[in-house]
Amino acid sequence: MNAPLAAAPLAAKNFKSDYKPVWCPGCGDYSVLSAITKALASLELRPENVAVVSGIGCSSRIPAYTACYGFHGVHGRSLPVATGLKAARPDLTVLVASGDGDGYSIGGNHFLHACRRNVDLTYIVMDNHVYGMTKGQPSPTTEPDWSSKLAPGGTGLREFHPLVIALASGANFVARAFSGDPNGCAALIAEAVRHPGFSFVEVLSPCVTFRPEQRGWKEIVHPAPVAPTDDPARAARRIMTDDGFNIGVLYKGSRRPYAAAAGATHALADLEKGFQL
Amino acid sequence: MKTERRTAAAEYEDFMARAYAMELEATERYAQFAEQLDTHNNREVALLFRKLSEIEALHAKRILAEMGWPSVPALTPAFAWEGGEGPETAPFDSLHYLMQPFHALKIALRCELQAQAYFKKIAAGSAPARVRAAAVEMAAEEREHVRLIRDWLKRVPQPTADWDEDPDPPRVTE
Ligand SMILES: Cc1ncc(C[n+]2csc(CCOP(=O)(O)OP(=O)(O)O)c2C)c(N)n1
Ligand code: SF4
Repeated sequence: MNAPLAAAPLAAKNFKSDYKPVWCPGCGDYSVLSAITKALASLELRPENVAVVSGIGCSSRIPAYTACYGFHGVHGRSLPVATGLKAARPDLTVLVASGDGDGYSIGGNHFLHACRRNVDLTYIVMDNHVYGMTKGQPSPTTEPDWSSKLAPGGTGLREFHPLVIALASGANFVARAFSGDPNGCAALIAEAVRHPGFSFVEVLSPCVTFRPEQRGWKEIVHPAPVAPTDDPARAARRIMTDDGFNIGVLYKGSRRPYAAAAGATHALADLEKGFQL
Repeated sequence: MKTERRTAAAEYEDFMARAYAMELEATERYAQFAEQLDTHNNREVALLFRKLSEIEALHAKRILAEMGWPSVPALTPAFAWEGGEGPETAPFDSLHYLMQPFHALKIALRCELQAQAYFKKIAAGSAPARVRAAAVEMAAEEREHVRLIRDWLKRVPQPTADWDEDPDPPRVTE
């Protein structure tokens, strides 16, 4: 009998769906979509073995644009859905896509606990320091002095620091990428997928419509000057003191990922006994 | 001696594979740009990007034919460029929904100039003679493209200073 032929690796375009993105021309999210599909191709995965889960926002439209299984969920709730999916189907590669509003405002609490649980997920947050979809409200990562029609004079509020919060909450892999370098971003996403446990990739992804000045990010991003560390205290110190534009893997931990127990832990009859009146 | 010859052949294959990857990346990027502008009803520029994509695809095909490769060669991963992307690939953030053919051609011109510089550098470097000869040829081709695009630019209208002003902008926040 002939041995079955191994399926040929797919190209990035095989991970794209037929739906055409409706993002504004120039939006960084196009590039993140390209990076995700390149990463999946380089990992020699197949669309039927990958699920992309998201919440709500421009960035959260990504699942529809991939040929993988997708779940375009409820605002801020991508991580609980993805956690349940991965626990039930550990064989799937699960990516989670979000924005700074979806992931750090309404979904902020889920972010903390997803890091803490350390389920084997790759969480990609397209951070543009604004709510793009709802037309430009400040988000948790918006600079305190960013003045706009909706927040004249700025919010005056200190920014949320997602990478250090991820680290403090137990994420096993922390990286910062830039959408302006889709190939570099693809390599970081591929590394995040390969790393066991909860991997967090914060992608600086300009909103050219409500934050046109972010087109200038390409002039200020720079590679992280040091190799990733496995020491969370050192990583935290570095992240707290960097300029927010350091690109690369910043932390790689070795915590064992959460794994759901295989099969039932208790017989149903035993559980029912506890509820008998 | 034998090893040296084999290395030169391998370097030539690698150079051609990279040239192919460069054309392919540019082909795909222009096609993506065409789609983006189609979605935003900027048909004229979409058409132009589609044309540019077809031109790059022809170059990619020509490399395959020249090398006798039936399909995509065994490339180093697509993101193995020294810089972020291939020298002929336009960045995603180059677009504006109100852009005109002039702007699209300016993007193409920048890409062709970068490609020309890329090949010129290899031609002037210390690569094996066969690689340098191929690089000279490719640099000359890119120079020809630069000339064609400059001519094309003369035939399209120059945008006025207020080209990006929209009387009904999508970014009204009230
Ligand atoms: C429960 C709920 N509250 C509010 C909204 C409105 N809403 C839609 S998207 C969004 C913010 C999206 O911002 P972000 O996650 O940064 O994504 P971007 O659009 O910038 O990519 C908000 C507040 C909603 N859809 N559902
Ligand atoms: S509003 Fe901003 S984030 Fe949304 S598609 Fe447009 S550029 Fe992208």
